[in-house]
Amino acid sequence: MLQAVPSIFGVIVISFVLTRALPGDPAVYFAGAMADKESIEQVRQALGLDRSWVEQFFIYVGNLAQGDWGQSLKTGQPVTEELLKRLPASLELTFIGLGLAVLAAVPLGILAATNPGSWVDHICRLLVTAGVSLPTFFTGLFLIYIFYYLLGWSPSPLGRLNILYLSPSHVTGFYIIDSLIAGDLEIFLGALAQLILPTITLGLFALAPIARMTRGAMLGALSSDYVRTARANGLSKSMILLTYAFRNASLPVLTTLGMVFSFLLGANVLVEKVFSWPGIGSFAIEALIASDYAAVQGFVLSMALLFITVNLTIDVILAITDPRVGLEE
Amino acid sequence: MSENLVTVVSFSLFLFIVFLGLFGEFLAPYDPLATAASNTLRPPSWTHPFGTDNLGRDVLSRVIVATRLDLSIALSAVALSFVIGSALGSVAGFWGGWWDRIIGRFSDTIMAFPLFVLAMGIVAALGNTVENIVYATAIINLPFYIRVSRAETSVRREAGYVAAARLCGISEIRILATQVFPNTLPPMMVQISLNMGWAILNAAGLSFIGLGVRAPDAEWGIMVAEGATYIVSGEWWLALFPGAALMIAVFCFNLLGDGLRDLVDPQRRT
Amino acid sequence: MKRRNFLKSMGVATGASILPFLKYIPVEAAGKKDTLVVVAANGINSLDLHRKGTNRPSYQVTVNIYDRLVRFGVKKLEDGSLAYDSTKIEPEVAESWTVSRDGKTLTFKINPKAKFWDGTPVTAKDIKWSFDRAVSLGGFPAVQMKAGSMTKPDQFIAVDDKTFQIKLPKPSKLTLPDLAVPIPFIINSKVAKSKATAKDPWATEYLHKNPAGSGAFKIVRWDPGQQFVYERNEDWALGPKPGVKRVIVREVPSASTRRALTERGDADLYMDIPAKDSKEIVTKTGGKVKVSGAPIDNCLHVLALNLKYKPFDNIKVRQAIAYAIPYGDILKAAAYGRGKPMFGGRDMKPTSVEWPQPFPYDTNLEKAKVLLDQAGMPGGFETTLSYNLGLAAWQEPTALLIQESLKKIGIKVKLDKIPGASWRTAALVKKRLPMHLENFGGWLNYPDYYFFWAYKYGHLFNSSNYKNPEIEKLVNDTLHMEVIDKKYEENVKRMIGIAFEDVPRIPIYQPYLDAAMRAPVNGYASWFHRQLDVRSITKAGV
Repeated sequence: MLQAVPSIFGVIVISFVLTRALPGDPAVYFAGAMADKESIEQVRQALGLDRSWVEQFFIYVGNLAQGDWGQSLKTGQPVTEELLKRLPASLELTFIGLGLAVLAAVPLGILAATNPGSWVDHICRLLVTAGVSLPTFFTGLFLIYIFYYLLGWSPSPLGRLNILYLSPSHVTGFYIIDSLIAGDLEIFLGALAQLILPTITLGLFALAPIARMTRGAMLGALSSDYVRTARANGLSKSMILLTYAFRNASLPVLTTLGMVFSFLLGANVLVEKVFSWPGIGSFAIEALIASDYAAVQGFVLSMALLFITVNLTIDVILAITDPRVGLEE
Repeated sequence: MSENLVTVVSFSLFLFIVFLGLFGEFLAPYDPLATAASNTLRPPSWTHPFGTDNLGRDVLSRVIVATRLDLSIALSAVALSFVIGSALGSVAGFWGGWWDRIIGRFSDTIMAFPLFVLAMGIVAALGNTVENIVYATAIINLPFYIRVSRAETSVRREAGYVAAARLCGISEIRILATQVFPNTLPPMMVQISLNMGWAILNAAGLSFIGLGVRAPDAEWGIMVAEGATYIVSGEWWLALFPGAALMIAVFCFNLLGDGLRDLVDPQRRT
Repeated sequence: MKRRNFLKSMGVATGASILPFLKYIPVEAAGKKDTLVVVAANGINSLDLHRKGTNRPSYQVTVNIYDRLVRFGVKKLEDGSLAYDSTKIEPEVAESWTVSRDGKTLTFKINPKAKFWDGTPVTAKDIKWSFDRAVSLGGFPAVQMKAGSMTKPDQFIAVDDKTFQIKLPKPSKLTLPDLAVPIPFIINSKVAKSKATAKDPWATEYLHKNPAGSGAFKIVRWDPGQQFVYERNEDWALGPKPGVKRVIVREVPSASTRRALTERGDADLYMDIPAKDSKEIVTKTGGKVKVSGAPIDNCLHVLALNLKYKPFDNIKVRQAIAYAIPYGDILKAAAYGRGKPMFGGRDMKPTSVEWPQPFPYDTNLEKAKVLLDQAGMPGGFETTLSYNLGLAAWQEPTALLIQESLKKIGIKVKLDKIPGASWRTAALVKKRLPMHLENFGGWLNYPDYYFFWAYKYGHLFNSSNYKNPEIEKLVNDTLHMEVIDKKYEENVKRMIGIAFEDVPRIPIYQPYLDAAMRAPVNGYASWFHRQLDVRSITKAGV
């Protein structure tokens, strides 16, 4: 955990410098359409942008220490409030996308590993490589065109819930969980329907690393001594595959999942834009284009924290499931 | 379908893409920049196999000519991160200690960023020119090269031939450059090939949100982004063809990378 | 998907098979007939227009939930579309008003029917507090108030509860129309004051999220970055009762998604639809969707040439470029015909005060070359043409066509696309772009008002750094002058004549503001503020 501190500090510094280097002048941008020089200066003072960078930085860090992440100029809300409200949307998308990818990629990987070098193996490989070669925004747009516009099978690509529904009362922020807690099946289905296309778009992208790692780990496990012993003892093929081989292969797969998760969270940015998803990614794009300093910094910082948390969690899980892995390695 | 077939196909595809990149401007049937206000948004036909865009430019010609730009962005970005990444990585791996710690922290910090957003930020801050897209892409790729190169160097640090070279009184820097570094190259090549595809996707993604290459230059990502607004009105060819070109190029680099990985490390093929 | 269609056909016929689901239909979906679903590109960022940093889309909130002293009337255009009428000013909170003989005092009688949402009557004190706030908080509101000669709180006098006065330093034709723009909206000062603090005397933090007004609609929900919902104020009595009860404004960043939603009937109204879509959507849907729009008053899409940079200081070079613009192609490929041509005028001397009116230029490369020769630059030169990323839809094709055409007379143009945040700094504040595309539109529909902003030296939209002593004097003389003044016509004609001759800004076309809506939606009018006024909208049964 302590190891992460320098990284986080680095992230804070870099994101601060990066936002100040943006060519846009927030004071001009937010002073409004007809603002003259004088009113632009007033806005600049109000935003504290008339101070030196060093001063601004210390004010920023000081505020951070007090839990104040600043206020987004674009939406006019505190950044933390914005992020907390939007984070569940992004996480819901990422988790389900990742879930779909695991459901598809792990069997593919196992299938490939049990028949290495066969045509099944090659098809699997081509399939997952094709998935990772698709630009997410391109996949998303064409899925919308085909399934919403032409066929009308999918609901309008408009965020998390059809306009006609009210969001379920907030418990976890995950609509599909909250709607179930509220016992509202219609909203649950509605939220699920909205999730299908974006999660497929995202999931396609995650197939390759998971399938590759599964295949590799399974190959290793299948050629190991204990599997050979199990085979010699006459255990059934499926029993060997799932109980012995896969259990042991799941550790590296889990590690990969952590990496893929962080990666997907970043790849979300484009998917969210295409599907008008009210997550933190679309928030970040807008903020960047508007030179909304506090929002960009808040986004980057929260992603870094999330990234570190995920890795830590994975480490803990590994330590619990596999005694060979020590916590402090 | 054999292993080789896939590699052969992807390699010939690779040659074809490079060929288009080198000679695209001679192969394009039309001037990719010439507009024709009377001939806009025509669907694919014999005269314009990929149709024309909103300014009457020939989409086929633009897709062909864009190959060079996309390849050069990816190539220079990857070359840049390879040179810097392997230098930093081998220093960290070879000498360890403080070098290792500082370089390790540096690469951790980059990794802690949502990478695409970091690239967006860099391009937004420096301005959207081709060079800045290259720098941004190179920076976000850097940690991967540092990691691979550090890992490969540190295993070889104490290898027999290194110890032998030390005994002969060869300086540390020369050992690193002549004995250790060349041996780290094969795994780095795999990284390069896999990265090429990613670099192309990254540049295209930047273009998609409006931070890419400048008009009127043809580039696949920007063509998809611009074409995207025409899909709903039925002019699908604007986005489909550059999108397909983009996909095929990335697909080809990924397959090649896979193939290379098998060659370099047959046991660890994953 | 069955559920979708079912929801769409709700209220008409419901099959037995879906009856079990009925209990899950949320309250909001009921009575879709009086709910209007609007899609827009950008969301709002504040409910308070006086606040610093309030963005353009937020103006519509002010229009719909607050009242002003007066408002503009609405007229019917030739094609049946409705548009605001800049020449007609109607009562809103003020039931009547008088102007003193010297033109320096405006006295308003407040309508007793004007009531805030909490039921208390609108008083002159509220108006004074609101106007004081508009001139005191600085930023854009102060600038806009200044256009109407209102700069200091002591100009506003609450004579008694029902009488409000504005004192002017000199009479001006701009004051009354300036009271009808979104800025001077009337706040419930009792509520606001109770939330004010020493640090925040104007209650900006409170009003940012909690409006306190008297308007025809209230905001019942706001999810920043996603949507906000208006609900009709049933007690509003300052105009005809609005036709819809609830309005959901959904933020959809992608233009093609907005179009798809409208085409498929998931959205009732699509505000500010791009020209290409507005041209196609009617035929594509077989008339299920219609488009209503009007040319935006006092607004021009122009190519601006910056006189601070050589060789644009040379009038011959500017005229040469004006002759080299491919006007027709731009109108076709960038505006898809949704623009009023601003080229091909007959005479270098304007014959009317109509504004905007076509400039006496046309695409004529021969003439352009001759002028370049005369300017001593027969070989042409190199320059950069900048445009705004946020307006790429029309500016990019326009820039590309200009680039290609200028190449033919030897001018090599590099294109530079600038992101929205830096655009204003570069183009308008620092004024450092040699050649760029610009689209200023004045809220108050007078030619001299346009010249005030776009031709006077140092003024914000004069991104050309154009400086002409005669223009300075003409604008100063004319700006506050009544239209019926004898000198008015002469002065305005002279201004336009100078603009024709000097062309620091080369107009290309006057854009349209279009909205697409489903056939049952009626009453849409286009406004100078380019926002949706939902008060006039009605929706027939689905």
